[in-house]
Amino acid sequence: MSFPRISSVGLSGALVTFAGEMDERANRASIAFRAAVDTQNWPEVSETASTLVSTFVAVDLSVTPFEEIKVRLETLLGSRDWYNAAQPKGRKLWTLPMCFEPARAPQIEEAARAAGLSLKDALSNLTNARPHVITIGYAPGQPYLGPLDPVWNIPRQAELTPQLPAGALVVAIRQLVIFTAAMPTGWRHVGQTAFRTFDPTRPIPIALSPGDEIRFAPITADELAEFEKGDSMGGATWEALP
Amino acid sequence: MSDVLRVLDAGPAVTLQDLGRTGYIAQGLTRGGALDRLALLEGAALLERPPTAAIEMIGYGGAFEASMDCRIALTGGRMQASLDGAPLAWNASHLLPAGAKLSIGGTQSGAVGYLHLGAGFEAPLLLGAMSAHLAAGLGTILTPGTELALAADTGTRVGWQITPEPRFSGGAVRILRSHQSHIFGEEMLARFTQTRFTRDARANRQGIRLNPEGPGFAAQGGLTVVSEIITSGDIQITGDGAPYVLMCESQTTGGYPRLATVLPADLPRIAQAPLGADIRFELLDHMEAARQEAASHARWRKLAQNCAPMVRNPADMSDLLSYQLISGVTDGHEGGI
Repeated sequence: MSFPRISSVGLSGALVTFAGEMDERANRASIAFRAAVDTQNWPEVSETASTLVSTFVAVDLSVTPFEEIKVRLETLLGSRDWYNAAQPKGRKLWTLPMCFEPARAPQIEEAARAAGLSLKDALSNLTNARPHVITIGYAPGQPYLGPLDPVWNIPRQAELTPQLPAGALVVAIRQLVIFTAAMPTGWRHVGQTAFRTFDPTRPIPIALSPGDEIRFAPITADELAEFEKGDSMGGATWEALP
Repeated sequence: MSDVLRVLDAGPAVTLQDLGRTGYIAQGLTRGGALDRLALLEGAALLERPPTAAIEMIGYGGAFEASMDCRIALTGGRMQASLDGAPLAWNASHLLPAGAKLSIGGTQSGAVGYLHLGAGFEAPLLLGAMSAHLAAGLGTILTPGTELALAADTGTRVGWQITPEPRFSGGAVRILRSHQSHIFGEEMLARFTQTRFTRDARANRQGIRLNPEGPGFAAQGGLTVVSEIITSGDIQITGDGAPYVLMCESQTTGGYPRLATVLPADLPRIAQAPLGADIRFELLDHMEAARQEAASHARWRKLAQNCAPMVRNPADMSDLLSYQLISGVTDGHEGGI
């Protein structure tokens, strides 16, 4: 199958997909192409979003025929090389205090085994990683972070874990997610932070943006408990990236 | 101090819901809003005003009283309703006198009922809408003691009924292919439309699980699919092969593959399918789906035509006095007695 590919999303819009699996260049292309669609100000488009490797363009296809939107998207796609688009401007490097102790990260040992690593190696791998925010999705402000080392290309579980708490760090398919809110998941719970990705009472409710980079500062369960008594930033700090 | 509706008692899933919020998918927030959008429009038609927030009640209602005389309408899945003990018709508008106790019990058909107030509520906007979005931590469930400020109502008509579009017992649901249908293949899609499903108890505003009669379904690529955009109605297949229809408060993206998507106009039917109801799926091609969806929207714009004065049979009235009390303060549009 060739990319980029334009498909209809039921009657809800069009999806421009830049790769069949997570890919850095496709991720950048989806973010840049979304920005380009926004600047077109097409009246039929109610909103846009970028996912890992796609740009979603919301259009009511019971009103505007899909073919009409598709032709316009094809023209815009042909106007430049989206795969070599620059990273978004104004990116931040975040330092997030994260507890990896099994008491608060009950699947860290299981995830390490799935990755073929000792617990010690898994921890050093995660704390030395500097993943970036590849998309915000699933829940408000919830970041997908990646890519991790190839060893972390582990599948989701077949069964859902009924509930993990807000601030849970979970892993699968070379990505990490920090949960915005408590929810069921098929990803494995490998860390816990007091940082909240979404807090409607904060001046900026959603802290992270696509392109931001992340590093984890390991903390103990006791330190985590202290941060949990504080504000919703959970000790997170950031500096500007050049 | 504005007038209020007081919540005296409430079931476990009672929230304020309007048509939801658009423009936040990129930041990870789905539209949310009423599970049965048609029921919101029906309430608006009964009360002769634009759609606004109503109280959504999944499975069980509660008890309410207002600090002033106000108009109400009851739509969606039918629930046992009474006013100071006298039964109230569903799919109808009524007067709720100040201090009278409105009791709404369990669902009798469908799964989710709506209580509309004359002009709606004066609730704070959360990211542009009044809707509670519990999965996102916006708003709360309504609990006893909650007071909701009422918007000033200039309307007067009560005692009208609406004939709802039938959707309260499962049945045929129209679907169309979406961007991941190809990874299941046409054969599996065909088997999907030949399979009978029943609505499972695992159902909430995020998604509704359906149990297939016979074997489950699976994508050809297995479980590792790149996370991709979700829209309301997407039919997600999880690890055990059973489909979940993702509803308005779902995630914005997800990595479980989706086999097809439900026509938006049929989401009210999915939302209202009671526990154990039979559901089967009918696959439409894209053009036909677009045409039928547009036809539904055209019908929904003319719901006023489905409204008529209530005709009451005195033999059905357990408390004639309470009915006369109500009709005595309406504007005379009421039919019947």
